[in-house]
This record gives sequence, structure tokens and C-alpha cells, in this order.
Amino acid sequence: MSKKVAFLQGNEAAAHGAIYAGCTFFAGYPITPSTEIAEVCSVELPKVGGKFIQMEDEIGAMSAVLGASLAGAKALTATSGPGLSLKQEIIGYGCIAEIPVVIIDIMRGGPSTGMPTGPSQSDIMAAKWGTHGDHPAICLVPASVQEIFDETVRAFNLAEKYRTPVMVMPDEIVGHMRERIVFPEPGEIPVIDRTAPSVPPEKYKPYDTSFGDIPPLAAFGSGYKFHVTGLNKMEDGFPTTKAPIVQAEEERQVRKVEANKADIMKWEEYMVDDAEIVVVAFGSTSRSARFAVNAAREQGIKAGLFRLITFWPFPEERMLEISKKVKAFITPEMNLGQCNGVVRGCIEGNAPVYGIYHVDGEPVNPEEILKKMKEVK
Amino acid sequence: MSYDYEKWIRPGKLPHIWCPGCGHGIVMKGLIRAFDTLGFKKENTCIVSGIGCASRLPGYIDCCTLHTAHGRAAAFATGVKMARPEMDVICVGGDGDGCAIGGNHFIHMCRRNIDMTYIVMNNKIYGMTGGQFSSSTPTGAKASTTPYGNPDPAFDIAKLAIGAGATFVARGTAFHATQIDKLIVEAVQHKGMSVVEILDDCPTTYGRRNKFKSVVEMMNNLKETTVPVKAAEKMTPEQLQGKVLTGVLYKEEGRSDYTTEYAKVIERAQAAKK
Ligand SMILES: Cc1ncc(C[n+]2csc(CCOP(=O)(O)OP(=O)(O)O)c2C)c(N)n1
Ligand code: SF4
Repeated sequence: MSKKVAFLQGNEAAAHGAIYAGCTFFAGYPITPSTEIAEVCSVELPKVGGKFIQMEDEIGAMSAVLGASLAGAKALTATSGPGLSLKQEIIGYGCIAEIPVVIIDIMRGGPSTGMPTGPSQSDIMAAKWGTHGDHPAICLVPASVQEIFDETVRAFNLAEKYRTPVMVMPDEIVGHMRERIVFPEPGEIPVIDRTAPSVPPEKYKPYDTSFGDIPPLAAFGSGYKFHVTGLNKMEDGFPTTKAPIVQAEEERQVRKVEANKADIMKWEEYMVDDAEIVVVAFGSTSRSARFAVNAAREQGIKAGLFRLITFWPFPEERMLEISKKVKAFITPEMNLGQCNGVVRGCIEGNAPVYGIYHVDGEPVNPEEILKKMKEVK
Repeated sequence: MSYDYEKWIRPGKLPHIWCPGCGHGIVMKGLIRAFDTLGFKKENTCIVSGIGCASRLPGYIDCCTLHTAHGRAAAFATGVKMARPEMDVICVGGDGDGCAIGGNHFIHMCRRNIDMTYIVMNNKIYGMTGGQFSSSTPTGAKASTTPYGNPDPAFDIAKLAIGAGATFVARGTAFHATQIDKLIVEAVQHKGMSVVEILDDCPTTYGRRNKFKSVVEMMNNLKETTVPVKAAEKMTPEQLQGKVLTGVLYKEEGRSDYTTEYAKVIERAQAAKK
């Protein structure tokens, strides 16, 4: 039997990826350029017995997906810039209460209403620091329609495995482009479900660290009863202000991701081994960068591409290693240097990091990158 | 009739945080009596709250409990109920939590006619943060942020719920304690969205500023300013001046609830697929 092939939009692929991963609940609020995800979910979820609800705003949507997840559903919400800002307080709730959920943010121009139909990559720092307080952050940045599908499946797997909210952030170009996609067979990409408790209900504690840093999560309505709060909590889920417990719990929440970086991080190195100039890019910008690298090689410039697929956690160690061998980095991005700052932050000044920044709604094109390579060579 | 309060109180979680004379504890007792009367199962019962003194209630009750963010109880609860329609979902919280910061979710929850019950403990003030005015503080009243008297008009929460589409709306008071569980039982038994507003008091941050000399005086005020709907039928407009009605204020039978309607969506989607 040949595999199912389709010509899909990135946003459509995201919705199909979610359903492949076992998503049975979507709550959202319409916003360009992410709306197709909600539309496809409204069509497809009920077909598989899942549920779709259009909430009154993004705060409500974020709250509803956390509620549904606590009741045992794999849940998805999708939005863009202004909606991401509204969701932020409740994303923090998901982090501290440790609730698996996936948030797709199709990046458009900002701040505020900005450019609703213009592409952008300017929510990258908001993915890490948008909600207040210290918290873990996982953020995936796919660059093609197939990759949106695959990374959405992976996002659910990471959310379930690490019991935490996970963000998928394609830029508008990737979200709206149409490409060929091959649907994986059921089971072809492994689908991970959250670890259910192995203890009987009367022994269950929702943050029991005797099972390791990621405590099993029971579902409301499954025979287990427990308390969930957004206050700093103890292993039984009840609030505490006891300093050693609060410190230990906050550190554990962050450690869940930091100690498992190797499992979560994903990137692609293209001709980086002998490169003198390395372009660090993600999303649609990385597609321009690949063109530029190919063109540069033809002209004898030793260029390479470091394509981020996971943005958070950031591959700091690998970036540092590479920085010891290269003459320069270039970060083409549709923002004013958010990735540039992160690269600088991990390379101990070993090489200059040049930026090409667009916030005008125009993509970064290959010629600009090639030109910059020639300048810095 | 005797009630099994202990069965529903979480071991080791008392004493509660509420001040002496606070009305929220009276509501909690009423809720427990209602659960006991209804024969609820702990594992199948979910209480969802927001943030505030009133919203601390779920922590004391032994069932599935979800203490969410300020104003968001209705939206979290919507997710729980959609994912598990077979659960009994009860929201509790203050007037500020439910109807000021949470007002948007509150009205849309009512509009959807979800088969849940929302209990608003209306003490007319933001108690937890020290007595700032809320969307139900009476005009002219003193709060820490209305030192010259409140210029804002107050929401009539029951009317808001009716206007937004809830199909069962009742009002009680902390003074009429034995009525609270009866209203909650009727609300829960109603198929569709039910809202129960309980007028209670915050002696600490409201009473003090508004010249109530004691909790007893506040309690008496709840008694004197309210009239049961039945009794009101026989009263003249003059007699009803300044009175707030209590009891079952609105009941609409026969309108389908949200999760039942969504089950039909699933049926239609699956029929179209075949
Ligand atoms: C987003 C947000 N804004 C403000 C607050 C501060 N806050 C906590 S409780 C509260 C008011 C609670 O009042 P109410 O809901 O009426 O309940 P009460 O304390 O009177 O029982 C406020 C303003 C908060 N926790 N979160
Ligand atoms: S501050 Fe007011 S609302 Fe809060 S517990 Fe005390 S009396 Fe009750």
C-alpha cells in the first residue's frame, strides 16, 4: 500500500499532525495567520470523536485546554502574536502545575496588532520569557510543511513525556506555504502518552518525586482525586511557602527540560564541518540561508548552515564548539536580533555574530545573506 | 437531618484561611450538605475556582479540585466538562473573580448553557487583596480604592447570568444558611448552566470601612435587605424599594445543554465521513 500523499498548507499540516499524535481537544480564538488550524480542527476532530471549542478569547482558550488536559485529553490551542500575549499568564499556570499541552503560534509582525498578514519571527523570546517567573520552555521551529506535521507530533510527545506546555512556532511563511506532504502510517512516528500513576488512588500524589523529576499524572474523572493549584506547591499538590520546598520544586520544574536537553534539542548542520562562516537560522529564513550557502560554496566561500529545529532549549554547547572554528556567524531573522543575542550569549566572544534583520514584513532573501557573507569574509 | 461533613473535608487541611465572621465558610458548609444530599462521588466531582478568598474553598473539599488563575475558573471548567461530560463540575469563587476579571468567561459559559453549576460568593469586595472595590460594590460604598465613595454602579450578578443565557439562576444569602444547600441541590439537578449567587460578607475589608459595627449587624443587614421571590409577589413596589430578591429567580426547561449539543456535532461529523 502506498502512503497517503497530499498538497497541504503548513497550518493544515499542523492540525493533522496534532490528530496523528492523539489530540482530542482543541480550544482557540480566531486570529490571522493561524486560523486555518482552528478551522481544520473543527472539521477533523469530531470525526475522530474529539472536540473543538471556539472560546471567547485566548485566555479562555488557554484555560480550557489546561482543564481538558487535566481531565485526560491531549489538547491543542493555536494563535498568533496578540493571542500569544493574552495566553501568557495561563501558559505559566501550565508550567507550574505541570500540565501537558501544545500551543502553536504562527508568528506575525508585532508588537500589538502589528502586521496581521506579515511574516515574522519575533515571538522567540516571548516563548521563553513571555510568562512571568522562572519556568521550563520548549519551543520548536519547523521550516517546511512536512516538518510542521512531524514537529507537531513531536511537540505532543515532549509535552506528554515532560509534563509541560510545549510551543510550536512556525513563521507565517511556513504556516501558509503549500507543499507536498507524506502522511506517516499510524505507528510510524511513535506517539507518547503521559505516564499514568502506578499507585492506587489513595496513595497518589500529583507531584510525587519518588518517581523521578517527572511525576506521573492522573486524570480527573479516572478514579483519582487530587488538588491542582497555580501556587507553589508540595508533592501532594497543596500550596506551600516553605522556602526549601519552593526552591526545590522550582528547580525541578526547570530541570525537567534542562537535564533532558539532549532528547529535546534538534538541529540540522549543513556544510558546517569546514565552514568559516556559519549562518544560524530557523523557519523560512533557514530556507533562504540554504540557498545562500549553496551559492556561496559555488563562489568558493566556505559557508555552512546551522538550522535550528528546536529553538528552546537552545543548543548552547554545540554553538560554543562551532564558534571555536569559525570566522563569523550570521543570523538572518525576521525580528531585530533575537536569535543573534542568544548566539552571542553562548559563544564567549569567540567570533563576531552579524545580523540581518527584517521587521518590514519582507522575508530575508538569499541575496542579502550572500552579500553579508561577502562583506564579512 | 444530619449531614456527613467530615466525609467531604480533606483530612489535615483545616483550619481554613477565612477570617472570623467571613461568609465563605457558611457557603462551604452549604455546598457539603448539597453534595451529601445529592450523593455525589468524590472521584466524579470536580470543583474549579479562580483566585481570591472564596476561591480557596476547593482546597478543603475531598474531591477533584482545581484552583486556577484569577478569573479563569469558568474557562478551565469548560475544558474539564468538555473532556469528561460525565463529571459533575462545580465552579466556586468571589464576585470579583467571577464577574470582574472573569466576566467574559462567565457570560459565555452562561450563553453556552453548559451543564455545570457556578456558585458566586458575592461579598461585594475584593477581600483577598485588602478591600478594593469590585464590580458588585454598591455605588457610594467605601473601599480601599474608593476613599470618597464608589462612583461605579454595581452588577446585578443574577440578572447578568439570566441575560447571558443561563437556564437556572438562584440567589441566597449567608444569613439564610439552611437555604443554601437547597438552592445548590436544585441548581445541580437542573440540566444546563446553573448559577447560584450567595450574598455573603467580608467583615474584615468591607464591614469595617462601611460602618458595620459587627458581623451580627452585617448578617442582619443580609436579612433585612432581601426578600424571597414568593413573598415579593404580594408586596407593593414601595415595599420592595431597596430589596434584593432571593430564591429561584429563573428556570428554563427544555433547552439542550452544551455537551449534549456537541455530541450531536460528533454524530453529524461521523455520519458525513461514512
Ligand atoms: C491576574 C491577576 N490580577 C490580580 C490579582 C490579585 N487578586 C487576587 S484575589 C483578587 C480579588 C479577589 O476578590 P473576589 O474574587 O471578590 O474574592 P474574595 O477575596 O472577596 O473572596 C485580586 C484582585 C491576581 N491574583 N491575578
Ligand atoms: S478578607 Fe474578607 S473575604 Fe477574605 S477571608 Fe477575611 S472576611 Fe473573608
